Amino acid sequence: MSPRRTDTGGRIDRLKTIRFTFDGVAYTGHGGDTLASALLANGVTLFGRSFKYHRPRGLLSAGVEEPNALVTVLKGEVREPNIPATMVEIHDGLSAVSQNRFPSLTWDIHAVNQLGGKILSAGFYYKTFMGPVIGPLKGTRFWMFCEHFIRRAAGLGSAGSAKDPARYERMNAFCDVLVVGSGPAGLMAAKAAADQGARVVLADLEPRFGGSGNWSGETIDGAPAAEWVRRTVAQLEARDNVRLLPRTTVWGYYDNNTLAALERVSDHKAQPAKGEPRHRYWAIRAGSVVLATGAFERPLVFPGNDRPGVMLAHAAQRYANEFGVLPGQRVVVFTNNDSAYRSALALKQAGAAIVAIIDVRPQPSAEMSALAGEAEAELLSGHAVVATEGGKALSGLKVQRFDMVAGALSGDARSVHADCLLMSGGWSPTIHLASQAGAKAEWNAARQAFLPPKPTQNWIGAGAFTGSFSTVEAIAEGRAAGLAAAGGTGTPAALPTVEATPGDQDPAPVFEIKGSGKSFVDFQHDVTAEDVRLAHREGFVSVEHLKRYTTLGMATDQGKSSNIPGLAIMAEALGKPIPEVGTTRFRPPFAPVSIGSLAAERFGDLKPERLTPMHDWHLANGATMYSAGLWYRPMIYGLSGETVEQAYVREAKATRESAGMVDVSTLGKIAVQGPDAAAFLDRVYTNMFSTLAVGKARYGLMLREDGFAFDDGTTWRLGEQDFLMTTTTANAGKVMQHLEYFLDVIWPELKVHVTSVTDEWAGAAIGGPKARQILAACVTGTAVDNATLPFMGIVHGEISGVPVMICRLSFSGEMAFEVYSGAGHGTHVWEALVEAGKPFGLVTYGLEALGTMRIEKGHVTGAEIDGRTTARDLHLDWMLSKKKPFIGSAMMDREGLVASERLELVGLIALDNRPLNGGAHIVEEVDEANPHGSIGHITACCYSPALGKHIALALVKGGKARHGTRAHVSDPLRNRFGPVEIVSNHFYDPEGTRMHG
Amino acid sequence: MLITCPYCGPRDVIEFTYQGDGNRERPDPASQNFEAWNAYVYDRLNPAGDHNEIWQHSGGCRAHLRVVRNTLTHEISSVAFVRGDHSSAARRKAEDKP
Ligand SMILES: [Zn+2]
Repeated sequence: MSPRRTDTGGRIDRLKTIRFTFDGVAYTGHGGDTLASALLANGVTLFGRSFKYHRPRGLLSAGVEEPNALVTVLKGEVREPNIPATMVEIHDGLSAVSQNRFPSLTWDIHAVNQLGGKILSAGFYYKTFMGPVIGPLKGTRFWMFCEHFIRRAAGLGSAGSAKDPARYERMNAFCDVLVVGSGPAGLMAAKAAADQGARVVLADLEPRFGGSGNWSGETIDGAPAAEWVRRTVAQLEARDNVRLLPRTTVWGYYDNNTLAALERVSDHKAQPAKGEPRHRYWAIRAGSVVLATGAFERPLVFPGNDRPGVMLAHAAQRYANEFGVLPGQRVVVFTNNDSAYRSALALKQAGAAIVAIIDVRPQPSAEMSALAGEAEAELLSGHAVVATEGGKALSGLKVQRFDMVAGALSGDARSVHADCLLMSGGWSPTIHLASQAGAKAEWNAARQAFLPPKPTQNWIGAGAFTGSFSTVEAIAEGRAAGLAAAGGTGTPAALPTVEATPGDQDPAPVFEIKGSGKSFVDFQHDVTAEDVRLAHREGFVSVEHLKRYTTLGMATDQGKSSNIPGLAIMAEALGKPIPEVGTTRFRPPFAPVSIGSLAAERFGDLKPERLTPMHDWHLANGATMYSAGLWYRPMIYGLSGETVEQAYVREAKATRESAGMVDVSTLGKIAVQGPDAAAFLDRVYTNMFSTLAVGKARYGLMLREDGFAFDDGTTWRLGEQDFLMTTTTANAGKVMQHLEYFLDVIWPELKVHVTSVTDEWAGAAIGGPKARQILAACVTGTAVDNATLPFMGIVHGEISGVPVMICRLSFSGEMAFEVYSGAGHGTHVWEALVEAGKPFGLVTYGLEALGTMRIEKGHVTGAEIDGRTTARDLHLDWMLSKKKPFIGSAMMDREGLVASERLELVGLIALDNRPLNGGAHIVEEVDEANPHGSIGHITACCYSPALGKHIALALVKGGKARHGTRAHVSDPLRNRFGPVEIVSNHFYDPEGTRMHG
Repeated sequence: MLITCPYCGPRDVIEFTYQGDGNRERPDPASQNFEAWNAYVYDRLNPAGDHNEIWQHSGGCRAHLRVVRNTLTHEISSVAFVRGDHSSAARRKAEDKP
């Protein structure tokens, strides 16, 4: 157990002990620990198994770029897979498990894949399963057979199936300056901008602000950098024009300087506070942005570079200085640049022995030689690591003389005993957000890195992001950027002084040491240097194709550590310089984003809902509610012990036998008013409304411009220039927009005003043989007899002292009335109607009975007006006026829309007396095993109490011509096949004698 | 993307509904010229550059706006009421001014 906790130092709170489990084993850590640092302090070096070969993997990094140590965090029933252990803050009760191992992390049977390394090379799946293989192992079927096993062997953590109970929020924020990243550059930028009076937001994906200041070990303004960070953050906290967002990943850079960020609000807590979201999605509109996102250290590519115990040099320095954890006792450093010498010294100071510093460069500077001496390390310049040894932890490595110009190894390999190998392949600025903003990165040969280009949006870069890797430069650039972003011009007091170990910022152009054994480029997707060369040999020359073929950089870390080494190896294979091979454009998100945060208030308790005025009455009277869009409507008013079918059958039957009442308040209602209202409706509807008498209603049909049916409903003429249009519940918003568009854009000369009044009216539809008697018993101020209130007539009166408007129209096919009152009086009127209906056996009914009665009548709704049907398909051609043009009239007679083979509305009766299913297909041939030749599908179905049969509405080819013939329903998903008779859609009372009375 | 509604000011695109290509010309309602109708309903220019579009400020004043938007950069070079100065929103706006 070589890693251990140091006695002092770091951000951790040694007085606070936290208990957690990993793979079921109990561990302790300290406040401020990440899962990675706490496990490392406990001597855990094995964190996961690799994606393809199931190789043992440890920590590569200490931050967001971690490709190896992915874990699944368990919270109750909910599992969150693929979280880097480096990004998980421990809390009491935290339970995490490793991934991609079977049956356990330490004993993994799939590790045998390593032996078959040649087989699982780049493009293995494509070649083996997609290609034209002969015999029984051919093509897609064989792939489908093998897929199950391969997915189990190659993969990441598995997602849970439990519903996520967490709450997610969305926030909009506005600021003058958004600073992304809170290292020395970001802190200086935030402070400079805040001093100018700008509204500043400072976001960092880490829980603690300060970036490299927390672990560099440098001195700023005479104090340890971490102390300077604390002071500066405290100054920012004290200002009311600065908003600090820790644990917040800015992951997207969009138009108009709009940035998207994810704040992990309560993941680090054992229990979120009441109402506290798990994640918060921030949409930030920034006047200008300071990008101070730092840089990622690159791994070197050499055989065995993925063994647990091999990690990035700065990561080890971070574990030592920031978390007080030594990743090893006998440390070797392998580098192509100066920065790793500082890491070596930091580990030495924290108590480790630095066995050797292996530098690919033939002649490191005198300063570096001195640093090696200070670290008491043997300096092996012009050498390279060619192999690593050990199983689940590093035990040693092999070193050989290396000529970096020729890339050649020579001499005998020498063994070095070590339990930790730090590597540094140079640094890549974190230019992801700048790239997202639209700029193409520029290669800098000295830095061997892509640097951010000229801004395409309003941002300014600072610090390591710009390729300035020293703290002195970060501080100067940070302040300049903050000033400029805030529009300031002043030259304030002297900059903070920095005492840092010097060093050249340019690495040697060495990315790979070619030797025998697997050298990993993309650790998470198990892509080796040889895979990249194989792809090149097979003809993949574009970097985009290379990515897709090898899956390099396509894992959840999006190649944060692998992109540049991969590109360099490809460039060498192609014999081209790196910039000519090109880099890929970074796209959002910078790091994985929870889907919940994107959905935010559209789900859970923040989701809006629409309730009718009688909602509480429905609940109090046994209704089972059903959500229809944002609306909640009664589905049934079930009696105890009743099934849904029993309830709706009882409700529909009672309505047809005596009377029933349903809440229709959700219907869209639009007031169409003005001198040209009638003329406007003539253009909007397929039938005439200008001829409609005041005090009468008419059923109307609308088409879209392309000639297809759009919506239907009744429109009531309340006055010469005053109409009340009703629409289907689902289309209320769309119809309103449709009317507004034509009035605003096409016919601005029409003097018409449209107003949505859906929420102003409560509506109750009461129908059945006794409906008129019930109204007569409670309506005052008007008669409701046939002469006063004929079919489609409208009267005004009162019910229980409340003014009501009553229109005699029917959806159920019974004699029926719609009673409208002001929304605030809805329940009062509803209750008065219920009371008046008692002697007559009035029932209230829900959507199921409503649907049943409309199917029995053959009326259409959204299921039939589905955007693909025409008026003729639905047998509504009688409504197409020939006397006037209307919206859609010019296009509705197109060839394809009048073809004889179109799907037309019909009725179906199940001949086997079994229920039918919506969506089931209609076929002619009896071939249950291999159903084919669909002639249509079911749109709505029910058990009809009026007919005593299972019936359905369907859209069937040929339609009317098939009345009286037989076919079959085929619904393989639900194992339903059976004979049906095709009939007219008007099942019940086709002459309408019941509603006309 | 921000659209500056002449009545409401700069607002996020989330408040607006795209209502189609602003170059379309609706044929005379009584016209039986099928080619013209077909062009109106289906033909679109899809330029790479400035595009004349109709947007409704559906989450605001509900006015329809003629917006010239660059399809490559999302830069919006002009916004005006489709109805011109006759729209009620524009009148209200004018009345607000001293
Ligand atoms: Zn507006």
